[in-house]
Amino acid sequence: MRREIPLAITFIVGVVFAVAYFIPHYPFGKLQDYFSDWFAIVAAFAIWLGALNLVKMSAIKVGRKRPDWPLSVLIIVSFLITAGVGFYEGYRGLFASQTFSFRDPGTAFDWIYVSVYTPLSATMFALLAFFVASASYRAFRTRNLEATLLLLAAFFVMLGRVPIGDLLTTWLPPGYQMSQWANWIMSVLNTAGQRAIMIGIALGLISNSLRIMLGLERAYLGGD
Amino acid sequence: MNKKGLIISGLIVIALLICKFIPASILHKPIQFSPAVSTMIVIVMILVFVFVLIRTIQGKLIERRVVFVFVGVALLLPLFMQFTLPFPISPEVQSVYDALERLEPGAKILCAYDFDPPSAPELQPMADAFVKYAFERDLKLIIMGLWPQGCQQANQSIEAAFVEHPEWRTTKEYGVDYVNLGYQAGSEFVILRMGQSFKAMFPLDLYNTPYDSIPMLKNVRNFSNVDFGMNFSAGKPGTVEWVQLAVDRFNLPMAAGNTAVQAPQVYPYVNTGQLIGLMGGMSGAAEFERLTRRMGKANTYLLSQSFAHMAVVLFIVIGNVAFIRERREKK
Repeated sequence: MRREIPLAITFIVGVVFAVAYFIPHYPFGKLQDYFSDWFAIVAAFAIWLGALNLVKMSAIKVGRKRPDWPLSVLIIVSFLITAGVGFYEGYRGLFASQTFSFRDPGTAFDWIYVSVYTPLSATMFALLAFFVASASYRAFRTRNLEATLLLLAAFFVMLGRVPIGDLLTTWLPPGYQMSQWANWIMSVLNTAGQRAIMIGIALGLISNSLRIMLGLERAYLGGD
Repeated sequence: MNKKGLIISGLIVIALLICKFIPASILHKPIQFSPAVSTMIVIVMILVFVFVLIRTIQGKLIERRVVFVFVGVALLLPLFMQFTLPFPISPEVQSVYDALERLEPGAKILCAYDFDPPSAPELQPMADAFVKYAFERDLKLIIMGLWPQGCQQANQSIEAAFVEHPEWRTTKEYGVDYVNLGYQAGSEFVILRMGQSFKAMFPLDLYNTPYDSIPMLKNVRNFSNVDFGMNFSAGKPGTVEWVQLAVDRFNLPMAAGNTAVQAPQVYPYVNTGQLIGLMGGMSGAAEFERLTRRMGKANTYLLSQSFAHMAVVLFIVIGNVAFIRERREKK
């Protein structure tokens, strides 16, 4: 039964969503609403599951003194402080004379969000600029025709997306500036390529969804 | 460049950053280079690149850390410059603006903030400009997020609007002119369910106010009661899901603001007309700021991005010079 019940749920939900797309009337429309509500509930629990799993895995790492365990201590402490502050502010907001959310500007939780979380995550993301530059310098080579075309496209789009591109091509006749080239590459060449990829992905998704609904693909159940 | 040189460069960069972001209350006048100094800096940077190119032709490759220093300098120095480079408005951003202009005052806009702080440098400027524009034109904003951090980013946009226009703190009333429904877990299923009922997914707003008690949501049942949709997205769930469900299935007119990385995936939807318009990356944000006549962060930082792009392109050229030279030597 541990396999049959999930398979039956998958089949029923899959069929209902597929049919409701074409016949959004009773009972399919109603069933689709029920299942969507359930999905939101399950997704909300999954967030808790993910958070608690992070704490559990970090605690195990600390307990067994695995490499870099002090970083896991940091994770647990940060998690507890942020969650604690959030709960406290949320509780305080419920009974304040003027109702406020724990995420409002001026709250302690917002301070953590704006002054700790935002700069840290922005810093991690900003490092990409340096790594992209370094990787481009070392690996973006005109090895063959395809690589050369890719490089040319990158050249036009990178310069055409910023004002300096037009500044360098002011001598060209109107309509032939770098930004125009970038726009043409994005809306014609890029779109054609993206459409091919999207159609391929969609066909793959349909076939894989059918396999899952029919129970031929069971990897999502875990185990073998 | 040796280790000592790199450390000194790093310290100079940190010092410059501190100078740049010293609060106005401490520093009476912001540190800025005059146009002459800015021009000289640009000339020096070009000369340094020429020097690197010559060294590369001679067979002396630069190391990775030097590339980092160059990119850092290319990003940092323009922050102090006073150049304003003209740039054209792309058709996709113009379409967003035109569609918003066609909305009557009082029109309801569903505004989905589907991004988090790492993408904020690109998306927050356009979101801020959009909120200010909406408030100015008396468009009503129904804010929500499919990303947990979305509603907090929206709060920052509203706060930015209030800081720029303090009178809006009293004239713009929560629940009447704007509402923040918060975050709802469930990704695309949230959009699907909202097609039937907003209330089912957001029974309470961010402040635990019941949906039915919010004045501006009195007659808003689903997408058919909303005049326009605006999505700021950094990934999944985001613009693609909104187009596939809210636009295709429930006919919501929609425009989007995306990160530069995500924008190419969304272009097919613009060309088919499923998406009315698209603001891509910081350049898209800068164009929107210019259209709405609100020069914000995107216009300020676009010069830095220009220099950084130029630096990357020059490094690609230098790298290829080294590659061609190497290939000839092998032959």
